[in-house]
Amino acid sequence: MTSTVELMDYDEVIERFNPVLGLEVHVELNTNTKMFCGCPVTFGGEPNTQVCPVCLGLPGALPVLNAIGVESAIRIGLALNCEIAEWCRFARKNYFYPDMPKNFQTSQYDEPIAFNGYLDVTLDDGEIFRVEIERAHMEEDTGKSLHVGGATGRIHGAEHSLLDYNRAGVPLIEIVTKTIEGTGARAPEVARAYVSTLRDLLKALDVSDVRMDQGSLRCDANISLMAKDATEFGTRTETKNVNSLRSVERAVRHEMTRQAAILVEGGTILQETRHFEEASGTTRAGRRKETSEDYRYFPEPDLVPIAPSREWVEELRLTLPELPAQRRKRVQAEWNLTDLELRDLINAGAIDLITETVEAGASPAEARSWWVSYLSQQANNRGVELGELPITPAQVAKVIALVADGSLTNKLAREVVDGVMAGEGEPEDVVEKRGLKVVSDDSALYAAIDEALAAQPDVADKIRDGKVAAAGAIVGAVMKTTKGQADAKRVRELILERCGG
Amino acid sequence: MTDLIRLTAAELAAKIQAKDVSAVEVAQAHLDRIGAVDSAVHAFLHVDTERALQAAKAVDEDVAAGRPAASPLAGVPLALKDVLTMQGAPTTCGSKMLEGWNPPYDATVTLKLLQAGVVILGKTNMDEFAMGSSTENSAYGTTHNPWDLDRIPGGSGGGSAAALAAFEAPLAIGTDTGGSIRQPGSVTGTVGVKPTYGTVSRYGLVAFSSSLDQAGPCARTVLDAALLHEVIGGHDPLDSTSIDAPLPPVVAAAREGANGELTGVRVGVVTQFAGDGYQPGVLASFEAAVAQLKELGAEIVEVSCPSFDLALPAYYLIAPSECSSNLARFDAMRYGLRVGDDATRSAEEVMSLTREAGFGPEVKRRIMLGTYALSSGYYDAYYGSAQKVRTLISRDFDAAFGTVDVLISPTTPTTAFRIGERANDPMAMYKADLCTIPSNLAGNAALSVPSGLSDDDGLPVGLQIMSPALQDHRGYRVAAAYEAARNAAQGGPLINRVPELEVAH
Repeated sequence: MTSTVELMDYDEVIERFNPVLGLEVHVELNTNTKMFCGCPVTFGGEPNTQVCPVCLGLPGALPVLNAIGVESAIRIGLALNCEIAEWCRFARKNYFYPDMPKNFQTSQYDEPIAFNGYLDVTLDDGEIFRVEIERAHMEEDTGKSLHVGGATGRIHGAEHSLLDYNRAGVPLIEIVTKTIEGTGARAPEVARAYVSTLRDLLKALDVSDVRMDQGSLRCDANISLMAKDATEFGTRTETKNVNSLRSVERAVRHEMTRQAAILVEGGTILQETRHFEEASGTTRAGRRKETSEDYRYFPEPDLVPIAPSREWVEELRLTLPELPAQRRKRVQAEWNLTDLELRDLINAGAIDLITETVEAGASPAEARSWWVSYLSQQANNRGVELGELPITPAQVAKVIALVADGSLTNKLAREVVDGVMAGEGEPEDVVEKRGLKVVSDDSALYAAIDEALAAQPDVADKIRDGKVAAAGAIVGAVMKTTKGQADAKRVRELILERCGG
Repeated sequence: MTDLIRLTAAELAAKIQAKDVSAVEVAQAHLDRIGAVDSAVHAFLHVDTERALQAAKAVDEDVAAGRPAASPLAGVPLALKDVLTMQGAPTTCGSKMLEGWNPPYDATVTLKLLQAGVVILGKTNMDEFAMGSSTENSAYGTTHNPWDLDRIPGGSGGGSAAALAAFEAPLAIGTDTGGSIRQPGSVTGTVGVKPTYGTVSRYGLVAFSSSLDQAGPCARTVLDAALLHEVIGGHDPLDSTSIDAPLPPVVAAAREGANGELTGVRVGVVTQFAGDGYQPGVLASFEAAVAQLKELGAEIVEVSCPSFDLALPAYYLIAPSECSSNLARFDAMRYGLRVGDDATRSAEEVMSLTREAGFGPEVKRRIMLGTYALSSGYYDAYYGSAQKVRTLISRDFDAAFGTVDVLISPTTPTTAFRIGERANDPMAMYKADLCTIPSNLAGNAALSVPSGLSDDDGLPVGLQIMSPALQDHRGYRVAAAYEAARNAAQGGPLINRVPELEVAH
């Protein structure tokens, strides 16, 4: 079955072709309830426990629009510099699939709530690339199918399928770019930077959990190539299942090299969906799309049109928080960063994390140090983005505070951070459970010191003779017996005191 | 005892409150009647004997304890069209697709009826998913017209209308997408009202065509219909298309109309609804009704609504389009019928086999029509054009209501046809809704009130009265005045002339 896919060397791809991108991002909103009913939207519930007649599409049930969903959609539109429709409707997108309760998705078609915007994206070298936004529209999520049996977990070859409708009806915003041209070799980087910037923006708006790993942010990448002398777009493929920022970049790059290899051999690109394979970094063919599917859209008759007043839109504009781009400018000034330092922080995805850590009470220097050194290292080890580490800026700030008040040494602090990331709870819980508090009780230290001095009488004598440098060996022994929980400086003082210094 | 089934809802409610009769006796009398005649009429798909008697008992307890009545219809029995959900009873919509489906929730209309102390006797037969004008499209057998058991009772709400005419219930609920309340009312000599779209909740009404469907009251008198209208109507936050405005004062209007005074009321006769295709006896009955209204003091004017000629074709694009989408959910995955699930077939194959087996020919015809009309490349020509026609029809209504208070026409071009007569001629069947469809497309109010018997076949004829949106009370006033005058002129209510049904023992 597996055939080797020919790939073209990336530099050659760029020499011969211009890549053209189009990115569709689906964002699950973090509203309390679903888009058209009162069911909760929390992730990870027991299957089919967050459902009702409406989101199950039972006969006779009718949708009622979630006003907060509309508000979030408008705020997203405004943050993406879009125009907000004065009047728009929902439409039904008709197709049959078992995880879609009504066999139509309530979505928007030719009347999106927001349209014609842009997002400025900062690339790794600090260059700003403007991505034009076609539209942002509201819709509902589908349920989830779990295919049981079979080797691949896909529907093909499965023995049976299980359906979970908890996700059905969760509010989604689909954000669609216009075609992105002129990126040249940087297409994969632009794609990644766009999704990353969008993610930061949505996070700042507090409209979504934006967890790519949990599917609350999903990206479909449309990719095609144009020969350098061509005047028309090439045939595109749509790559799905791109579940991390790194995957966005890899998927675009892979698809470019795959398509180029086919094109130079005189082959044709099939218009199809492709699935990104995380493990191999390749894409495999999915559903064929040579005849575009006919969704028979028509205006949803069960919902009334939405006509957001201009006053309301302006009120919502005022609620927009400081957006990431503005924040960066401010932070650079306040922290006295050079352009290079700023860019390193941006590239590490650390700016917002550091800012939030500072806002939670930490000093900027400490916050920066934690995120760019120890935590970046941990993210690297785990192969995840910095922001995906299971620790929050508030927790990091707490750890920094514990170091500052002497409750933790830096070494212990790293252990606390490890504990938090291992799911052992808040920093205080980890300190408690792992017994990591600095031993500041002098009597406990005296016992350890006396023991060490007794074990090494020759060293003890040297110290008594005034050779204070010899105290290092005793400090080391004490630190060993206290498992590093003692404050080395204090131990040293106590040793000298004990030896009559 | 047998007299109880011939009383009006208003009379029954009064007798129950006055302790002349218990609600349980009333319910039992109707249940007995159902037992006696429904094998011949087949108005009911499900009779809910136990719960009906329980509900009646609760009303009697209220009366005994001196508690105020839950509504002016407390204790009155009712037949509920099987397209509205009610917990604890099956909802089939007349389809094999939903055989045995017990909905886990109550429709808003059902809930309001229960809260009003109305005694729900059971669920009535209908054309499958409310598509048809005869109940012949029911998967559970045809309902027979009590005026002539060889004839259709109209549709889709033939079961509800026949239950009234057979004295199985004094009240019923229907739903009207293109005439499914009014046309059955017309051919069974009963009153049927399609309220203004958005004034009776659609929550729990299994959708056929969402932008047209409207539940409404069915009764044997105009006042009874008005009383029921006020019980089921009103804003519902669970239905986004529900209008957040006070319900028009229909009961007051029905009482006012009963005084028989229509001086100064301007009545428009729609010139489009006459001529070829109209049964002479129907036209004669209509003309007599016009004369009667004139006698009551109404000013009669002829009004032309040219776009009404386009209503039928527009309807047969919009309704099937919406139905093709609304009925997509019947796919065997979550509830209802499942065919071919033998562990070898894919979900898609099971969906396909189930829909093939579960839907009847008329439903399939409309799903196919609608699927085609919505497909890309045809959308503008079909669905898009039909929506434009809809606008034109609304404009015709607006223009007409600029000069007249109500519009009138025959409710349907013919009297009840014979069972089987139009079964293989969909176009002939569709024409039964020729006069009723415009009000569905425009969303305004319309009702049918009996106008006597056709002189060519002795079967009931209906007078349709159309009012502007949210002016439902106008129609009630005119209908009540006309009803009183006609009863006086023809020696009593028309319904008293329905032949005695043979009673099964």
